[in-house]
Amino acid sequence: MGLSQTYIIIKMENLSLMMAPLFSSKLLAVLFFGTIFGLILGVLPGLGPTTGGALILPFTMTLDPLSAVVLLTSIYCAGTYGGAITAILINTPGTPAAAATCLDGYPLAQKGEAGRALGMATVSSVVGGIFSVIVLVFFAPFLAKLAYEFGQPEYFALAIFGLTMLASIGDGSPIKNLIAGAFGILISTVGKDFMTSIDRFTYGINELSEGIGFIPVVVGLFAISEMLTQSTLLDQVFKRVALKAVKLPSLQDYKLTWKTIIRSSGIGSFIGVLPAEGGTVASLIGYSEAKRWSKNPEKFGKGSIEGIAGAEAANNSATGGAMVPTLALGIPGSATTAVILTGLIIHGVRPGPDLFREQPDFLYGIFGSMLIANVMFFILGFFGAKLFARITLVPNKLLWPMIFAVSVCGTYSLSQSLLDVWIMLLFGVIGFFMRRYGFSVVPVIIGLILGELVEGTLRQSLVIFDGNWLMFLTRPIALTFFILSLIALCFPLLKRKKIKK
Amino acid sequence: MNNVRTKKRANKKSLPFFIGDAFKVCFVIITISAILLIQTFSFDIVPPILNRGIQPATFPKALLVLIIVLTFVIYYLSTKKPWKLEKKLPKAFFITLFNFILFVFISKFLDFFLAISILSIFVSYYWGERRVLYLLLVSIIFPIIVFIFFETILGLRFPGGIITNLYYY
Repeated sequence: MGLSQTYIIIKMENLSLMMAPLFSSKLLAVLFFGTIFGLILGVLPGLGPTTGGALILPFTMTLDPLSAVVLLTSIYCAGTYGGAITAILINTPGTPAAAATCLDGYPLAQKGEAGRALGMATVSSVVGGIFSVIVLVFFAPFLAKLAYEFGQPEYFALAIFGLTMLASIGDGSPIKNLIAGAFGILISTVGKDFMTSIDRFTYGINELSEGIGFIPVVVGLFAISEMLTQSTLLDQVFKRVALKAVKLPSLQDYKLTWKTIIRSSGIGSFIGVLPAEGGTVASLIGYSEAKRWSKNPEKFGKGSIEGIAGAEAANNSATGGAMVPTLALGIPGSATTAVILTGLIIHGVRPGPDLFREQPDFLYGIFGSMLIANVMFFILGFFGAKLFARITLVPNKLLWPMIFAVSVCGTYSLSQSLLDVWIMLLFGVIGFFMRRYGFSVVPVIIGLILGELVEGTLRQSLVIFDGNWLMFLTRPIALTFFILSLIALCFPLLKRKKIKK
Repeated sequence: MNNVRTKKRANKKSLPFFIGDAFKVCFVIITISAILLIQTFSFDIVPPILNRGIQPATFPKALLVLIIVLTFVIYYLSTKKPWKLEKKLPKAFFITLFNFILFVFISKFLDFFLAISILSIFVSYYWGERRVLYLLLVSIIFPIIVFIFFETILGLRFPGGIITNLYYY
């Protein structure tokens, strides 16, 4: 092992850097604000950490890079948990990752045990979140070390692997996901070609020469399309379950769920590490595995405490997992980490192995702040769940016009371009129709952020290989990723066959 | 007896293929992709002596062909397993959409913040808000707070217009 690589082994002094945010009042304040904001976003159905992160990105320009990323990651952690509050109390997942929590959370709340359901959701979320940060601390440096072996062809193969993983996002059609991913990559081709400066799809508009920005697309696909969706649901009435107070799980509950929580934390962290997969997939698998291993599977769907623990531990453990490829390779592990990745790039931080060598204080500061964010949302969630649940009482007829105002100003502020605002509105309409007809919008985001990497590494690889495509197969790491990509494409078919059986 | 119905009433299965959502969606995707694909043929070409790797148009072309092929596949699959029928879109959706268009025109030709205010008040009103105080809150007070926040904290300069200019000049 060369001297240049020895840094990568986790050192005690690096671990001590994780405690740095505890001694910085500024970072603690940012964490506190991020956690509260994340909880609010998580609680409000239709919003979530991805939209919230995109909306707050312009504001992070006033912060230093570490504070900016700490803010985004705390929103991510708290927002993922916040979804459980509405899932349990009004049977509507605040975030897609909390969809599986509804299955048992709401029935248990209907039985008058909303406090117990929320208590279990809070504890399992925190355990899952902390577990995933530990995975992040130990696994990300090793992945970063591996990345030193990567050249352009390997990065191309890795990006292709990330894109093929889109086929298995959620329970939607794999082909529709792939179309959406290809659409995202197509958006990334707008503007001047980076190798030849030839205009592509710019239609003579100068502002398009630099390409379509990430933020207008994200805000459009998530916030504006959700506003249009809400306009179709005006007559929808939520049945709220009353909550007296959040209760910590009893000893009996712990005995019943500790294995489920640990298993789901492992599952969630592993799924989070996979490029493009996120909390939604993790919670669905965590839930189904909890049911499979349970001694009382017949109670699932009727208010099983194990079901809540399985889903919540898994979706929160995906947060740390998803940060692994984001920080080590620059490949987003989920839609929200794609926003965090954009935040890093905007602040001039380039994710990858060099980040681990040159800025360990920055990196371990992020790890530490994620750990603290988990503790913070435990306290805030435990004592403030009742208050946060009341936020859902804000009527949509007031909430969404306000979100619209923040969306347009936030989108405008990044490049001070009205064109960005119109692009945002256009993608809002596209996103609405995509969702209406069963196309997930997440692959578009992942495709957009990976598009430049895919095209850039492909073209540079072809230059290295003198145009010989078969040379890709002579690179063992690239070949491994291509094989994994094939497996990822076949996985939904195998899953469907298994379900049919 | 001429007025007695002798034929079966058309059911969903007997409707022409182009009525279904799957056909409409696939048709729109393929048409737009085909138009974009045609446009890629008008991209500038790098002379062979300077060209390294592939032409700038090759990558988008490959993507568009992939999208078209995959769309044909989902259409074929939809004939086997039809998509679930979506509810008709309500009036509020079209009003909101119309407000977006109105926003574009007002922000371009009159004023950015006026556009936000008009959209906010219209959307809030059509979505059922009738209390004047709340309408004022979303259409005037909140946009002013947002404006001041972006102006002072981010140092942002918004595009000029009939109202914004009053602040700037």
